[in-house]
Amino acid sequence: MTDISKPAAVPATPINYTRLFERVALLIVWALLIGLFTLLLPRSFLNWGNFSIMFASYAPAALLALAIIVPLTAGDYDLSVGATLTLTASLIAVLNVWYHLPLGLVLVIALGVSVIIGLVHGLFIIYFRVPSLVVTLGTTSVMSGIVQWMTNSSTIGGIDKALINAVVGTRFLGIPLAFYYALVAAVIMWYVFDYTPLGRRLLFVGRGREVARLNGIAVNRVRLGALLMSAVLSACAGILYAGVLGSADPYSGLNYLLPAFAAAFLGATTLQPGRFNPWGAIVAVYFLATGITGLSMMGIPLWVTNVFNGGALVLAVTISQITRGREASDIG
Amino acid sequence: MSTVSASVSSGTGTNRPGARTALPVLSVSHLSKSFGGARALHDVSFKVLPGEVHGLLGKNGSGKSTLVKILAGFHAPDAGGTLEFNGEAVSLPLKPGDYRRLGMSFVHQNLGLVPSLTVLENLRLVQLTTARGGYINWGAERAAARAALARFDLAFDPDQRVDKLTPVERALLAIVRAFEEIEAARALTGKPGLVLLDEPTPFLPSEGVAKLFGLVRSIAALGSSVIFISHDIDEVMEITDHVTVLRDGEVAGELVTAEATRAQIVEMIVGRHIAPSVPRAVVADRPVFAEVRNLSGKLLDASDITIGRGEIVGLTGLIGSGYEEVPYLLFGARPCRSGDIQIAGEAKLPISGMTPRSAIDRGFALLPGDRQGASGVDSLPIVDNMFLPDVSRFFRGGLMQNRTMVREAHALGAAFEVRPNDPGLKLSALSGGNAQKVLIARWMNRSPTLLLLDEPTQGVDVGTREQIFAALRKAAADGMSVICASSDAEQLAEICDRVLVFAKGRICNEITGAGLSKDGIAEACYASVSLSGAAHTTSPASVAS
Repeated sequence: MTDISKPAAVPATPINYTRLFERVALLIVWALLIGLFTLLLPRSFLNWGNFSIMFASYAPAALLALAIIVPLTAGDYDLSVGATLTLTASLIAVLNVWYHLPLGLVLVIALGVSVIIGLVHGLFIIYFRVPSLVVTLGTTSVMSGIVQWMTNSSTIGGIDKALINAVVGTRFLGIPLAFYYALVAAVIMWYVFDYTPLGRRLLFVGRGREVARLNGIAVNRVRLGALLMSAVLSACAGILYAGVLGSADPYSGLNYLLPAFAAAFLGATTLQPGRFNPWGAIVAVYFLATGITGLSMMGIPLWVTNVFNGGALVLAVTISQITRGREASDIG
Repeated sequence: MSTVSASVSSGTGTNRPGARTALPVLSVSHLSKSFGGARALHDVSFKVLPGEVHGLLGKNGSGKSTLVKILAGFHAPDAGGTLEFNGEAVSLPLKPGDYRRLGMSFVHQNLGLVPSLTVLENLRLVQLTTARGGYINWGAERAAARAALARFDLAFDPDQRVDKLTPVERALLAIVRAFEEIEAARALTGKPGLVLLDEPTPFLPSEGVAKLFGLVRSIAALGSSVIFISHDIDEVMEITDHVTVLRDGEVAGELVTAEATRAQIVEMIVGRHIAPSVPRAVVADRPVFAEVRNLSGKLLDASDITIGRGEIVGLTGLIGSGYEEVPYLLFGARPCRSGDIQIAGEAKLPISGMTPRSAIDRGFALLPGDRQGASGVDSLPIVDNMFLPDVSRFFRGGLMQNRTMVREAHALGAAFEVRPNDPGLKLSALSGGNAQKVLIARWMNRSPTLLLLDEPTQGVDVGTREQIFAALRKAAADGMSVICASSDAEQLAEICDRVLVFAKGRICNEITGAGLSKDGIAEACYASVSLSGAAHTTSPASVAS
């Protein structure tokens, strides 16, 4: 628009090595972790088969982490993503296996249900102004109950092979497609967050709701969109989950909630520190997955998984906070 | 009014012989502080005597905040400086909270109150959270709170939530709390304390400032000292006994207030002479830009305002008169009870149907008074703050043109003299004045038809004020209309073509031409109190054209 200032007129900011380190710290730690397990498990750990299984089996968790960061960026919590995942996976199994509905229709119904979940969240959070933490905690419980009723608390196997084929049956470069679906979602989200006006609006709505409103941003519409997006992405995670397992289990889906949240916050300490960012979330999910895979291959008991997830989260956010000195946290 | 307070001030001052030799409450010697390579304070020395009100002045970025933060124990000073409190050397760096033990307390601009708690809980915060014996005697606490408030004739209900108080009441509450704190320390040490007021007045109308100064004088009269930090030179001249001026991190000079002139102080602060503004010629036949009829909000009651094209209209009044609602109502930012706006050559519109989006599309712009809460987001980059209302403009070929955005932000920053002009920095990296320049640039860059301002220069240093005023005048000369709500009579006198004075939600006076001076406006505000009974009948007549 103006030619007054050529690019050269913008002063080059000196490289801040502390910040640069902060950006890549999680990647470095991830590499160290892989190195450590390779030393400890020289024959079994570092092979493509092992990693390709890990990449695929954590794809639902990756999608869930991506789902969470949309409303988190807009300033709302969505604790119900794990329950939404379970609900959609169970719905797919019930309709497909017990009621013999065709897979395509079942998937459409599952996504439709997630839209309704998002709208219900919007109604309570935005219209009635109930804190998002309360609403989504409540709907988590409601959905868990519905899943138990719907499935008679039993695991339902025998979902249409087409879904399993599309998710884990087909491989590219040895990795099942499930992983690539998560990558596609991350690419789209990266594009929206960093390269569209919508991404800026989302950020301003989360950081300064009144500022956003007074600058003409339709704050309520942005928040509703974020809640819808997290519900729909959770449903996609549910579809992947059903495909990865080939069945629906009414309980285990909720186990993804904590790692997904951990990954969302852990991811916010890396690549673009101080912001929830999709690639950070992906890196964080697979960092945690690497740790858990390695530990379980070493025969370490299951409870260590939880300790690792929680410990990594608190430690990473703490280190990120220390490198920033007394500067206030940007997150939350 | 002002002469009365001036005489009180000299009565409590310490210009009497002997006082100069008293043991200083606070003595700072050779204090320096660097951040990385940047020198924030260099070899700063000054003394605060018991019972004096000591002004600490300087532009944004002159080192005042750094000094305050060293005293509060937030920053460690560089080695070499010393600090004495009541003659006793204090080991540096101070730890956060040390000041309380010494008998110092702070009232920062944000006041440090918890809005969702009650007056009682805020006032007795320390006592309540450190109650001895492990239980809280609510009856005694309530009595103590009432006594503290009654000492200064403040009639708030201790069980009222602080967010229900007016800004003046909140400031008074914060100062009373600070005073209670140093009194508690004094009861133990027997030595005078020090209250540091860090720009407590910019949100307050003159009536509130008068109340606040009454409080400050009582504190000084009781033998404790007050450090008063402010950008308002007239307030400083009214309330202080001595002033220390900081410039570029060094002491630019120290003055006995009674012997100093306003120009002398301003020059010491700025380091260059600011020419007094030239009164502008009154434009006789200005075309009308818009007519607002029957505007009502929470306090505002059926007011009519006519705005000329290229006119700067000031709105003022005492607290509770409702003038500050006007910019927000016209922007559709707050619900309005009634009102229409007719922009010249367009159809009449109900203001209740206005939203910020439609106001922006209409060419309106609003710069809210709450810079951090409503105007800009501190934790996000300057460039994003600058182009928030028109990010879509940079969306081309399916991608945000981030580089173009930064380049334009840099050019705009240069035009508005933002320092440092690095669009990638967070807004929080800038001083208050520079942050305000960024936010003004945001709107001015859109060439609005109507610019709505609420307290546009609060917390902004003298030099930056002049830059902002110059930008407003230039845009107004090019046809932009401006509505500026402000409690700062001096600012209104300097930039406005016409000032409307409000009382009880209605316009009670209109000042133009020769009456448009700081004193004229202040006088009209006070006159409005006695006139307000009659305002209902006089307002429509006085406004009509």
